[in-house]
Amino acid sequence: MSNQETETTHVSFRDVKSKYKGIFAWIFSTDHKRVGLLYLYSIVSFFVVGVLLGAAMKLELMSPGKTIMDPQAYNAIFTLHGVIMIFLVVVPGLPAVFGNFFLPIMIGAKDVAFPKLNLLSWWVYVVGALVALSALFAGGGPPDTGWTFYAPYSFKTNTNMLPAVLGAFILGFSSILTGINFIVTIHRLRAPGMSWFRLPLFPWTLYGTAWIQILATPIVGITLLMIVGERLFNIGFFDPALGGDPILYQHLFWIYSHPAVYIMILPAMGVISEIIPTFANKSIFGYKAIVISTLAIAFVGYFVWGHHMFTSGMSGTALYTFSFLTFLVAIPSAIKVFNWVGTLHKASIQLEAPFFWAASFLFVFMIGGLSGLALGALATNVHLHDTAFVVAHFHFIVFGGVGFAFMGAIHYWFPKMWGRMYNTRVATTGWIFFFIGFNTLYLPMFFLGIDGMPRRYYDYVERFHGPNIVSTIGSWVMIAGIIIILVNLIRGAKYGPITTNKNPWGGKTLEWEVDSPPTLENFEEIPVIDRSPYDYR
Amino acid sequence: MIDKAQNASTFVSEVDSAFLFIFGVALFFLFAITAVLIYYIIRYRQSKNPKATHIEGSTKLEIIWTVVPTILVLVMFSYGWSGWKSQTEIPDDAMPVKAIARMWSFAFEYENGLVTDTLIVPKGRAVKLDLVAQDVIHSMYIPAFRVKQDMVPGKKSNIWFESERIGTYEIFCAEYCGLRHSYMMSGVKVIEGAKFDKWMEENKSIEEANKGTNKRLAGVSVLRKYGCNACHTIDGSKLVGPSYKGVLGSTRTVITDGKEREVFGDEAYIRRSIYEPNADVVKGYDQGLMLSYKDQVTEEELQHLIEYFKSLSE
Repeated sequence: MSNQETETTHVSFRDVKSKYKGIFAWIFSTDHKRVGLLYLYSIVSFFVVGVLLGAAMKLELMSPGKTIMDPQAYNAIFTLHGVIMIFLVVVPGLPAVFGNFFLPIMIGAKDVAFPKLNLLSWWVYVVGALVALSALFAGGGPPDTGWTFYAPYSFKTNTNMLPAVLGAFILGFSSILTGINFIVTIHRLRAPGMSWFRLPLFPWTLYGTAWIQILATPIVGITLLMIVGERLFNIGFFDPALGGDPILYQHLFWIYSHPAVYIMILPAMGVISEIIPTFANKSIFGYKAIVISTLAIAFVGYFVWGHHMFTSGMSGTALYTFSFLTFLVAIPSAIKVFNWVGTLHKASIQLEAPFFWAASFLFVFMIGGLSGLALGALATNVHLHDTAFVVAHFHFIVFGGVGFAFMGAIHYWFPKMWGRMYNTRVATTGWIFFFIGFNTLYLPMFFLGIDGMPRRYYDYVERFHGPNIVSTIGSWVMIAGIIIILVNLIRGAKYGPITTNKNPWGGKTLEWEVDSPPTLENFEEIPVIDRSPYDYR
Repeated sequence: MIDKAQNASTFVSEVDSAFLFIFGVALFFLFAITAVLIYYIIRYRQSKNPKATHIEGSTKLEIIWTVVPTILVLVMFSYGWSGWKSQTEIPDDAMPVKAIARMWSFAFEYENGLVTDTLIVPKGRAVKLDLVAQDVIHSMYIPAFRVKQDMVPGKKSNIWFESERIGTYEIFCAEYCGLRHSYMMSGVKVIEGAKFDKWMEENKSIEEANKGTNKRLAGVSVLRKYGCNACHTIDGSKLVGPSYKGVLGSTRTVITDGKEREVFGDEAYIRRSIYEPNADVVKGYDQGLMLSYKDQVTEEELQHLIEYFKSLSE
């Protein structure tokens, strides 16, 4: 291997000869960059499906009564939209794509600690996705339970709910494998001189995320085994007809699924922490505060799951404890926002597409976070729980937060990943459409929720009509933005001008010192680190 | 329209003042931070400010923007807590009403045994709802009163409220419960206390009178009591289950133990369909959606239904 190394130094990882041909050179490659791209193509494909399902829902809700589909189809579509977007897109999302591609490079390593395990995690992901989607084509039709699969409805429905849960179970293993790999990589493979406080912020957030992946994901497995035990052996865990407790299911579900929100959002915060200093040409404000708040979010995030269940009939003690902890977890997020904005003070800002995505991330993330305050407080939560307000809130966090960060990340690292450049003007136009469409789509849902419109509603009373029309129109504008962005990026990857400059944005982290695209083992020589990752002096 | 009136229930003013505080603080920070962000972007763009000033951070600022949000969220927490506490302190003299939820309708049973599909309550008197779910989780949501509580099968829970304002307010099911979730709604009608007492007396006797005399009306009241109309129509159109029109005196194809067979609609068929709804499922409809009403619909009520179905088939 070491002899070949010198021969392949300046060959892009995309052109490296493999013993496999064609697509097999990719799906059997253990190169962390190829694995990252495999994830990218899978995730973007599922994202497009999820968007189309979402668009169909918005079209149905444009007017009261039946618009384009019957209630059974609508219920199946919002379930699939949730399952695909959460389990196949957002949870793997940033760590699987950009974590795989850039984590080793940013810490000065040749690959992740366990490259074969890394490839395996993609394969497990694909198998999990196929199992989950098989629910569409077999059994009593696609599941109609919502992505939360609440008992006992999920046991009563005639639709094919088990494959979706089984899919989530398998996907969980993919998540755990990636988590283990990243933790070991960060502990063991940092370049000489890269102390913990010289670790860039995106790897830091991946580190926090990886711990959540390892510790929280097994709960999904336990829950699935309990469902199997209940269905096959009539052990009453969740179904009251068997003496079980439906609330227990909700606890187990949210013990995983709430930390999962932090699996989603922490890497997004990491991406923003990379983009902002690069485009501000300035050291990030409060590096240590951002690191500490990352770890604080990862830790406190475990103990707030109960806020999904404020109206479920939990004890009063549980209610105010969860409400209190929920407010605590808001503080580190606020600290991050202040530090990001603080970084722009006396900066020298390049106004380019990745920066627009990062700046607009701050705006939508603030709306998401601040609207969450009304959901954290008990009295106001009771009114808003299970209404359109909640839907708006988590789309601002999950789609606004993770989506904008993902878009920012791909525009930021694009020249490094493909060695070519997209059309920057078209990129900005796409961003404008997306940003306006996104806000037009989700802001009206806050008003609908305050006004009392429950979520997962196929039909509604006349007074909810107006905001629903606005929301549907917003979805069209946003989809126009997505089309512009996708076409621009695909064209850029194929025909865009080749970037000769290794560091087009002037970043200071290690990925900007390697070739574009990087070589198979990233570095000719492992660098020695003697400065902070954001030293712009 | 949602009733924005502060006295629709006694909780409204406290909950809404918590809303006002939280949204006020949230909007202030949203606008202030966005304004600073936009100002920085314009003021420090590269063409205007080609050289950035090196700043690593500021411990003083970090402390300020940790402590200030902490204080604010603690205030929000206590607002939320105190507003919610009054919803849990049910007065001893509250009038109990049993609220029943099943796919996909609500029913309300008063102390004297009267059952309605719309909740009727007296103005200015505390009402306690004992929540019962018969199949899956539902959620009792009265937006105008700012109350909501999940109705979990096998678990007892309750909510209470007191309305100071005459009117009719929406009840929605807030927890997703399947096919017709978005149609699972009802209303609370708040009337004067004296009128309520009178209504209670009269209606109880009317219901009893109906049972003896007007067969058709008696049948209708049974349908309303058990919320049958949520899934079955009386005009022949298809909903979740088959229509009642023509159910007696005609033949249909049903699935029994996975096999198709022809069944004639007679009294025995009606009884079987209500007491063992999943034994014979009419072809084209889903199994398992209806639960058995064996312990609920009495023999007398069943007779009322059969009389009523006869009138539909005439």
